Amino acid sequence: MEPVILPNIKNLHTIEVYEAHGGYKALRKALGMKPEEVVEEVKKSNLRGRGGACFPTGLKWSFMPKKTDKPKYLCVNGDESEPGTFKDRQIFEFNPHLMIEGTLIACYAMGIKTAFIYIRGEYERWIRMVEKALMDARRRGYVGENILDSGFSTDIVVHKGAGAYICGEESALMNSIEGERGYPRVKPPFPAQYGLWGCPTTINNVETISNVPLIVSNGWEWYAKIGAPKHPGPILVGVSGHVKKPGVYEMPTGVSLLEIIYKYAGGVPDDKKIKAVIPGGSSTPILRGDQLEGVCMDADSMKAAGSAVGTAGLIVMDEDTDLIAVLARIAKFYHHESCGQCTPCREGTGWLEKILNRFVRGEGRKEDLDLLMDVANNIEGNTICALGDAAAWPVQSMLRRFRDEFERRVLSRPVEDLVA
Amino acid sequence: MLGPHHLQHLEELKKLYPTSQALVLPVLWMVQEQEGYISKESMRYVADLLSVPYGHVLGVVTFYTMFHQSPVGKHHIEVCTNVSCMLKGAANIVRHLESKLGIRIGETSKDGKWSLAEVECMGACGGAPMCAVGGEYHEHLTTQEIDRLLERLS
Ligand SMILES: Cc1cc2nc3c(=O)[nH]c(=O)nc-3n(C[C@H](O)[C@H](O)[C@H](O)COP(=O)(O)O)c2cc1C
Ligand code: SF4
Ligand code: FES
Repeated sequence: MEPVILPNIKNLHTIEVYEAHGGYKALRKALGMKPEEVVEEVKKSNLRGRGGACFPTGLKWSFMPKKTDKPKYLCVNGDESEPGTFKDRQIFEFNPHLMIEGTLIACYAMGIKTAFIYIRGEYERWIRMVEKALMDARRRGYVGENILDSGFSTDIVVHKGAGAYICGEESALMNSIEGERGYPRVKPPFPAQYGLWGCPTTINNVETISNVPLIVSNGWEWYAKIGAPKHPGPILVGVSGHVKKPGVYEMPTGVSLLEIIYKYAGGVPDDKKIKAVIPGGSSTPILRGDQLEGVCMDADSMKAAGSAVGTAGLIVMDEDTDLIAVLARIAKFYHHESCGQCTPCREGTGWLEKILNRFVRGEGRKEDLDLLMDVANNIEGNTICALGDAAAWPVQSMLRRFRDEFERRVLSRPVEDLVA
Repeated sequence: MLGPHHLQHLEELKKLYPTSQALVLPVLWMVQEQEGYISKESMRYVADLLSVPYGHVLGVVTFYTMFHQSPVGKHHIEVCTNVSCMLKGAANIVRHLESKLGIRIGETSKDGKWSLAEVECMGACGGAPMCAVGGEYHEHLTTQEIDRLLERLS
C-alpha cells in the first residue's frame, strides 16, 4: 500500500504542495455535510486511536454533548513521550497540514470553536514547523473566522509542554493547558462531560486526527478495508533498537512483527537472533523473540499474544541484550515520571527500580522475584491514571516470559555470605 | 522584566486562553528564553503579571523538568539514556562526553561553557543514540561525531 499519512511527496509540508495534492478538499467536503454525518463517517470507518489505547474515535466523538451552553474543546495530543515512540514528530515535519485539516474537521464534527495542539517542549523545532503551517492555513482562510465562507469558525492554538511524560495522559494534559502541574484527574467525570475548564472536551492523538481527512475524502468503506478489519487503516510504526534500518514506517495495520523487523527495518545487525521485542512503546508487555511467529500489529493479534499495540513503537533486542538492565531502565523511567499523587505508584515504582537494580548488580535474592511481582500487582489497577499500569506491565510480563534471565542473576549464596 | 516583543505576544495569547492562569507555562517559557533560567525573582514577577499566587508559579516551575531554576552552561547537552538509546550505546556516549568535558552528568563546567544532563526519551529513538545541544537534536551519534560537534561549538 502506498503511504497516505507520510506520502513520498517533496515539500508536502508547504501549503502550496499540500493543496496541489488535494489538500483541504476534505475540509471543504466535510463543511458541506452535517456535523453528525461526519461523526457517523468516522464511526463507520472503525478508526481507533493511535495514542495508546486503540479506543474507537467515532464513539469518543459521539460522547460530546450536542446541546450545551459551555464552549467545547479539542486537544490534539502531541506529547509523544512514551519511550520508543517517535512517529507524531514525522507528521509535524512532513505533513503538518494533514493534522491541521483533521483538527478542523474534528472541530466541525463536534461543534468545537477552539483546539489546542499540545506538543512536548523538547520538540521546539517541530513546534515552529507546526506554527508556520498554521499561519499559512490561517492566511488561506482555513483557520479562524467563517472558514471558507461556511459560517463555521474555529481557532487552533499550539501549547508547548515543558518536560513531563505524564502530561501525555489526557487529564494531566488538560491540567497542563490550564497552567497547573500535570496531575491526572480522577475519572469519572470523563473529559466529554468535564474537561478543560470544566467544559466538554475530546482528546485525540496527532496520528489519529491525521487519519480523519483521509476518511472524509475517500469514504469510510475505503478506510475500513485497509489492514485488519477490526482495527483498520494505515499505521505509523516506529522501529528502534537492534535493527539495520531503524525509522518510522507506514503500513496497513495487521502486518506481522517479523515482516516489520525483517522487510521494513532490514533485519537484525550481524544476523543475530531476536531475544525480545517491546511492541508498542515501553509500557507494553515484552514478547519473546522465539514466539513472534504470527503476531501482528493490530489490537486483536497483540492482545492474543499477551501484549498491546500501544503507540506502535517497536523496540527490537538481539540475543546479547541484557534484559534485566533494560527493565531496570524502564523502571527508572516510570519512577522518575510518576507524578506522586497515588501511593502505590509513587512508592511502588521506586521499589521496582531499587529491586531491579539489585539484579543488575547481580545481588538479587530468590525472594525478590516474588517481591517484584507482588509490588507490580499492587500498583496495577490501584491508581488514578494508567501510568501505574504502564510501570507494572513490563515487570509482570518480563517475570512471566523471562524468568530464566532473573534466575541466572539470583545470588547463589545468601547475602550474609557476601557481606562476610 | 519581559521585553516588549514578549509582552506583545502575551497580549495576543490573552485572547486565546479563557483564564490568565493558563498563561503561566507560555510566560515561563518567555522568561526562560530571555533569561536562560527562571529565578525566584522571575517567578514573583510572573505571579504579579498574571495575578496568580507565587506558590502556584513555584509549584509549576518545580514540576516540569525543562524549566531551569539556575543557569545552565552556554552549551547545555542533554543525552538520552532511555531504552532505544541504551541499546545503541548511550552509556558510551555519556562516558565520552564526561571525559571530554571534564564534568559529570548534572554538572556545569567552571567557565560556564558546558553543562551535561541525562534525559528521558526525546522522541528520536530511530536516531539512537542521540543528544540535544541547546535543544537542537543530534542523532546517530558516535564518539567521532561528538568530537566534531564539540569542536564546532568551542
Ligand atoms: C502516562 C500516560 C502517558 C500518555 N502519553 C500519551 C502521549 O504522549 N500521546 C498520546 O497521544 N496519548 C498519550 N496517552 C494516552 C492519552 O491519555 C489518551 O488516551 C490519548 O491521547 C487519546 O487519543 P486517541 O484516542 O486518539 O488514541 C498517555 C496515557 C498515559 C496513561
Ligand atoms: S498513577 Fe502515578 S502518575 Fe498516575 S496519578 Fe497516580 S501517581 Fe500520578
Ligand atoms: S530512547 Fe532515546 S530518543 Fe527515545
